[in-house]
Amino acid sequence: MLGEAEPQWLSEEVKTGTTIIAIEFNGGVVLGSDSRVSAGESVVNRVMNKLSPLHDKIYCALSGSAADAQTIAEMVNYQLDVHSMEIGEDPQVRSAATLVKNISYKYKEELSAHLIVAGWDRREGGQVFATLKGLLTRQPFAVGGSGSSYVYGFVDAEYRKGMNKKECQQFVVNTLSLAMKRDGSSGGVAYLVTIDEHGTEEKVILGNDLPTFFDQ
Amino acid sequence: MEKHYTDSKVKGVSTGTTILAAIFDGGVVIGSDSRASIGGEYVSSKTINKVIQVHDRIFCCMAGSLADAQAVIKSAKSHLSFHSVQMESPPLVIAAASVLKELCYKNKDELQAGFLTAGWDSKKGPQVYVVSLGGMLISQQVTIGGSGSTYIYGYVDAKYKPNMTREECLQFATNALALAMGRDNVSGGVAHLVVITEKGVELKLVCSLIELLLIFHEELNE
Repeated sequence: MLGEAEPQWLSEEVKTGTTIIAIEFNGGVVLGSDSRVSAGESVVNRVMNKLSPLHDKIYCALSGSAADAQTIAEMVNYQLDVHSMEIGEDPQVRSAATLVKNISYKYKEELSAHLIVAGWDRREGGQVFATLKGLLTRQPFAVGGSGSSYVYGFVDAEYRKGMNKKECQQFVVNTLSLAMKRDGSSGGVAYLVTIDEHGTEEKVILGNDLPTFFDQ
Repeated sequence: MEKHYTDSKVKGVSTGTTILAAIFDGGVVIGSDSRASIGGEYVSSKTINKVIQVHDRIFCCMAGSLADAQAVIKSAKSHLSFHSVQMESPPLVIAAASVLKELCYKNKDELQAGFLTAGWDSKKGPQVYVVSLGGMLISQQVTIGGSGSTYIYGYVDAKYKPNMTREECLQFATNALALAMGRDNVSGGVAHLVVITEKGVELKLVCSLIELLLIFHEELNE
């Protein structure tokens, strides 16, 4: 509607316009993300892994401004290392989420990144935390990024409590696939991370292996 | 608190609404929510019907500026009834859609209105057409529009199947509207649905969306 004179990528910052999702199951969590990084209309990286480890069994999913999100993840990674050495054991997921929340809240005017923190610890098992704009809330599942708008209806309808690990992984892959099809800023491949008490498993699902739905 | 602009900044002026049309085996379902709001802050009507009949078996849903849409539909209705008298037969669905498209395209600088047109005719059976803001006309099997549609793209892509039965399609449309209303604050109220088949037209009003929302948002049940 309002015409812009210059091409967008000259003035647009690099964003992980993205789709991210994390879901809790009995015994762990599954995180998923797409792999597209865009600067306006241009795709500057089509294979970026937006699932970043904060600790052995705690990961975060990045969305929003790529630089802001990566910086927050690195800072929290460092802070968590120090913290886990101080307490002498693996940190709780809630601690990691609180550290992310503290940075998001303190610098909320300067930063524009949303991280979803998810992981497994001995006390509470699998947990997913959303930290949008400095809010800290534990949820059974969380979606974020520009692509998430298109799949709110789908996740509302399809999420059921008490899904097992395989069902959660399929749910995440389906959601990512639907969002990537509709959101111009999401695409590429799907990255999946499954965390439970036995360990962390990372998986990549290439574009042509993603599930397809009704195509008009 | 910053003022958050929803789709109105991205898509231009958009009626806070959710509209949908889908073809099933033997007919078509077209439906909308029933909320009219001013600036996203005040609900001026809880039960407005956004599904307008333009001919016996042809219905339209409006998107964009309500004022523009109403003006266009009024003009289209009179064009269509004249056309139908001249042809001595009921108008084709594509004729209705084309009339809307001509008006939208010729006046694209002044107007901000888009339409979903759904209906049944004897030549091609059930059809759904989309006339977009600039005046593009395309035929689709299922289509959604309005600000609330953003949230159900994933659901519609996943759940729509061609050649559903009438009941399945009605349930699909009701679910989709309920989910959109659950997430979009400018869509809400009841669901107005119209089922159009060779035999005739049936109007349905679905009020029990609260129950559906309770099922979808399980955490409310705890």
